[in-house]
Amino acid sequence: MNPRDMTASVLVAAAAGPSGSDVRSDCRIAYEPGPGPLAVEVTSKVGYLYGEAIDASVHRVAATLGIDRGTVTVTDGGALDWVILARAEACLRLAGAHGPAVLPAPHPEAGAPRQRDRLRRSRLYVPGSQPKLMLSAGLYGADGLILDLEDAVPPAHKDSARLLVRNALIALDWGTAERMVRLNQGERGLEDLRRIAPHNPHVVLLPKVEDPEEVRRAAEVAAEAAPDDPPFLMPILESPLGIHRAFEIAAAHPTVVALTLGLEDLSAELGAPRTEEAVESLLARQTVVYAARAAGVQPIASVYSAIDDEGGLEAYVRRERGLGFDGVGCIHPRQIPVVHRAMAPSETQIERALKVVRAAREAEARGLGAVAVGSKMVDPPVVAQAFRTVALAVAAGELAADWDREATP
Amino acid sequence: MKGLTLEINAAGRPLPTEVNGREALPYRGVGGHRPDGRRAAPRIATCADFPADGDKRVGSIREALEQVGLADGMTVSSHHHLRNGDAVANMVFDAAASLGVKDLMWFPSASFPVHANQIRHLESGVLHHIEGSMNGPLGDYCSQGRMRGLGVLRSHGGRWQAIQDGEVRVDVAVIAAPAADAFGNATGDRGPAACGLLGFALADSMYAEKVVVVTDNMVPFPCIPWQIQGNNVDVVVEVPSIGDPGQIVSGTTRITSSPDRRRIAELAARFCAEAGIMRPGFSFQAGAGGTTGAFAIYLAELMRAAGITARFARGGSNKYLVEMLKDGLVEFILDGQTFDLDGVASMRDDPRHVNTSPFTSYNFHGKGNFASMVDVAVLGATEVDLSFNGNVVTHSDGRLLHGIGGWQNCLAARCAMLLVPSFRDRIPVIVDEVTTLCGPGELIDVVVTERGIAVNPRRKDLLDAVRGTRLPIRPIQDLKTELDRICGVPQSVPRSDEPVAVVKWVDGTVLDTVWKVG
Repeated sequence: MNPRDMTASVLVAAAAGPSGSDVRSDCRIAYEPGPGPLAVEVTSKVGYLYGEAIDASVHRVAATLGIDRGTVTVTDGGALDWVILARAEACLRLAGAHGPAVLPAPHPEAGAPRQRDRLRRSRLYVPGSQPKLMLSAGLYGADGLILDLEDAVPPAHKDSARLLVRNALIALDWGTAERMVRLNQGERGLEDLRRIAPHNPHVVLLPKVEDPEEVRRAAEVAAEAAPDDPPFLMPILESPLGIHRAFEIAAAHPTVVALTLGLEDLSAELGAPRTEEAVESLLARQTVVYAARAAGVQPIASVYSAIDDEGGLEAYVRRERGLGFDGVGCIHPRQIPVVHRAMAPSETQIERALKVVRAAREAEARGLGAVAVGSKMVDPPVVAQAFRTVALAVAAGELAADWDREATP
Repeated sequence: MKGLTLEINAAGRPLPTEVNGREALPYRGVGGHRPDGRRAAPRIATCADFPADGDKRVGSIREALEQVGLADGMTVSSHHHLRNGDAVANMVFDAAASLGVKDLMWFPSASFPVHANQIRHLESGVLHHIEGSMNGPLGDYCSQGRMRGLGVLRSHGGRWQAIQDGEVRVDVAVIAAPAADAFGNATGDRGPAACGLLGFALADSMYAEKVVVVTDNMVPFPCIPWQIQGNNVDVVVEVPSIGDPGQIVSGTTRITSSPDRRRIAELAARFCAEAGIMRPGFSFQAGAGGTTGAFAIYLAELMRAAGITARFARGGSNKYLVEMLKDGLVEFILDGQTFDLDGVASMRDDPRHVNTSPFTSYNFHGKGNFASMVDVAVLGATEVDLSFNGNVVTHSDGRLLHGIGGWQNCLAARCAMLLVPSFRDRIPVIVDEVTTLCGPGELIDVVVTERGIAVNPRRKDLLDAVRGTRLPIRPIQDLKTELDRICGVPQSVPRSDEPVAVVKWVDGTVLDTVWKVG
């Protein structure tokens, strides 16, 4: 028996993608096994413009996965090609087909290099199952964009979302955002990682980490899946145990670049409901900052969920920044400018930092080991912090990017 | 189509040589058509024919239509002040049907989904055709080639021009009035169905042979203020309700929550600030909803921060524009229609909130109009092409989707900006060539999308003004290339050779043709 007959014998009916008349920028693809040659039926509101393209994409997926019988039905609300490919591949895999991944045409910036040290003031969460919300997500200026496979995706859509996120890593316009993906917990998360790691995620978020071994295991899987260039890791601490082992987790592997925490789950486990003042999570938040700094990674704060409360968000960001956090999570694009404003250093801070940075450069130019501002010596951590402040000021538009041109005539 | 002859206008667009029995004038370029002759006028009336006590009431719409002599083949006009809440236009044609009248032409200032009622009158022969905006079920009906005559789409200013120039002779104008007296004086700014103003009915009240006022809020003479003068009115009818207030104006306008729309609105406002358009004493026209509505909110923020006030704003007014008036950011609102209850109340109570008509604001065959005196107008569009031509009436498959409204007229602004998403559910908005030409590219100065701002190369002054700013200024071709990559290059859409409607330019010439779809 050749392999194709084997596949054909086990195919079952399956479907992927949302259904309903109000589906927009997405599609539902269903497969019905049958003896006849493969039929592709497309109903699309953009059929007059892209009917042929949709048909060709579905045939391409079917051919790659060795499906040549049965009926594929596409109900399309204007999904882009990479979405159609993901839904079709998810549907046919659920139907029992096997074969190589079917990848979309890459975005010109899909290979943007990752950087260990970069601003991570804001990271925007986007549900990994909703392409409509992904399409412009790269335009809002967030330092990082997170396609979420975990909480934002209902269990029934997990398989399809994984392929959608994989294709988004290839085809989506991420703008200047750091390319981030939040995995599921446990084994499913590791399988997510295997599928997405080869497609240049810059940072992978690991939910509810309680054991440094989980971080090492994820690093191993990432290195196997992308041996040349494995992604950075960002563990999320969401339980008392995770907080308790914060430093071990932050220091578990050299690919960890940042540490964050999730306050919803944590407060539930603590039995301490969240309050506006957040006294109940103060120790946890400070622990994350201390652990991250001790391990040489960035401490990143949790999200602020009242989308309409700009004043509340601003106060929240200032408070978290005051604790030492380098950034916060965002759940709506309109939070981003507020976060950036609140993360921006004050004029006095910028002036002071510029003095230190200028002194440091001068010391370097003269080959001096110690940095002095006026007659006062400045310690290395202060110098490092001054460079961070200047970078923040430039990013916030408070300082011209070429502020140092004066120094080099 | 049998006997159809086409010609090509100055925009290179084919048009039928004859539209509904009249010779069609081809578009000759912006300002290219010179009208001659005199304005139209209704027959002279005499007080001898009207009750000396001023009481012109009759018992029903049917009686009113009988009294004004509604007959086969006449043109009946109505107005869209009550928007999707309007009950009057439907009552009029139901009454006409009961009188056994045939082959009427309906000449609304705009139609709404509620007017799908008229499909059965088109089917039964009571209505011959419609000249006015058609969308929803009526748009589909016309697009499918099921209407006997051609649809004629005019701007608000073009509608005034057509009446004034005698291009359309209105036999019977029916004016739904939120408040009126028995003499026919009427206003829109009060009453259970208050809509703000009745400007769209003003031309009809002056030029129609017969004028019927329909109200559900009869007040003793005099109805103050009178936006419609009773001296032009033949009969007055009282009905239990002229419409559903919930569908006439919204209780309160909410800013769009779409991050893309907000981004586009914000970019447009920042463009105005960076380009120096937003300067002390400037003027603007904002839209009422969605992206163009949000524009005013972002503009207000920038004006406040820069300490700049505007001399006047042109409405569509809503809560946000009214707030700008109250806060002193705007000295006057010259309003064409009110979109929410705050707008209605402000127009009624604040003398700085002035009601206008298409005559003052938009009419091209007058001695100037307000539209060209506005510094910046922000508008939507369904498509815009590489030559900056705009489409606002059809979907990219050619189906009728929107009316022109004041869109064409507003292009006369010193800076006309289209605020559009670059694509909608894979359908590119920036295209090689618009499906239907509604606005010549030479009048469209800036296209703002979520992916960047394209400035018409004709506007070197604007390009120079924004050079070196943080605004994402990009050539329009660049945006188009990006869309081809994101959406894929679309198949070409074949068009039929059967016209279903024409699009008029502001001067009454034919700018383009809408063709039958599916």
